[in-house]
Amino acid sequence: MNFLPGISLLLIYQLAGELCVKLLDIPVPGPVVGMLMLFLTLVIRGQSGKALDSSSGALLSHLSLLFVPAGVGIMVHFDRIVNEWQAISIALILSTIITIVMTALIMLGVNQLLSGKGQNDA
Amino acid sequence: MPESDFFSIWVYLSSSPLLGLSMTVLTYSLAYRLYIYANSNSLLNPVLTSVSLLIVFLSVTDISYEAYFEGGQFIHFLLGPATVALAIPLYQQLAKLKKAWLPILITVVSGVMIGAFSSISIAWLLGASTETQLSLAPKSVTTPVAMGISELIGGLPSLTAILVVITGIIGAVIGTKIFALMRIKDDSIKGMAMGITAHGIGTARAFQVSSEMGAFSGLAMALSAFASAVTLPWLLNLVGLIN
Repeated sequence: MNFLPGISLLLIYQLAGELCVKLLDIPVPGPVVGMLMLFLTLVIRGQSGKALDSSSGALLSHLSLLFVPAGVGIMVHFDRIVNEWQAISIALILSTIITIVMTALIMLGVNQLLSGKGQNDA
Repeated sequence: MPESDFFSIWVYLSSSPLLGLSMTVLTYSLAYRLYIYANSNSLLNPVLTSVSLLIVFLSVTDISYEAYFEGGQFIHFLLGPATVALAIPLYQQLAKLKKAWLPILITVVSGVMIGAFSSISIAWLLGASTETQLSLAPKSVTTPVAMGISELIGGLPSLTAILVVITGIIGAVIGTKIFALMRIKDDSIKGMAMGITAHGIGTARAFQVSSEMGAFSGLAMALSAFASAVTLPWLLNLVGLIN
């Protein structure tokens, strides 16, 4: 019976995140702020605990299921996809290659730069 | 059963949220089995399969998306708490983050910008509409967060959801080949590039290579989701794409 306290906690953090976004008028999705708040809480507390582990595990193990209803919404935008499929697919493929290559190179470069100066451990 | 009875039952069912809800869960379970059966081949990603099956089902039965979503919304709603729950895997990677926080942070922030602006500019060059460009911007971010960003910046969340999944598949399929071409051997670097570019689908692929690569990919995915959510709306506003 660990599900209830865990899911309550997640909902409370989401609510806090949404409130924070509305009150401070910042352009960030509310649940992301909730995620940051929960992360900071865990860092301060030093552990996540069984209740949170089990309910987040339940939610995240089939995370893909949660995208399906929104994904089906693409049927409403069918015309757009038919009209723009070339631009969309080229942008997706090229940008994915660029991002993979560049992030790998940047990480490699920064690592070399730091180790060249001698690892300054923070 | 007489035909009129069957018809009235169908009329009742097709307008009840229960149909959309149960069809979603059923179709997904089926698609997920197929995916596992095919040795977790990225091309058979369960989201893509189940979305296609459901669209066929709705078209054949002539049920509108709005009617379907009456049931689908109960699943859709869980995206919020699931996003909050991403804090837990991120927390479990805290030790890795502490060890190399500076290179990780630099890579994540620059990777997020490169991913967003390369897709926007390529789509813009090829004449895509502004809405499509904005829907493409968060394509490398894990879906729940990407949809939140898309909605916020004026993209189409449902288009973004699909684009994110396709990006993940492309990344998972070509990522390891690119690393081999670039002669990169360090699993932490491969994992970072995979997680920033191809989020959860790339992370699943990374775990097939090694647990080190998977862990770094998961860490990169969580950090880049957060970095994108914080920087993209503000940056797109700055360059004048949105107001």
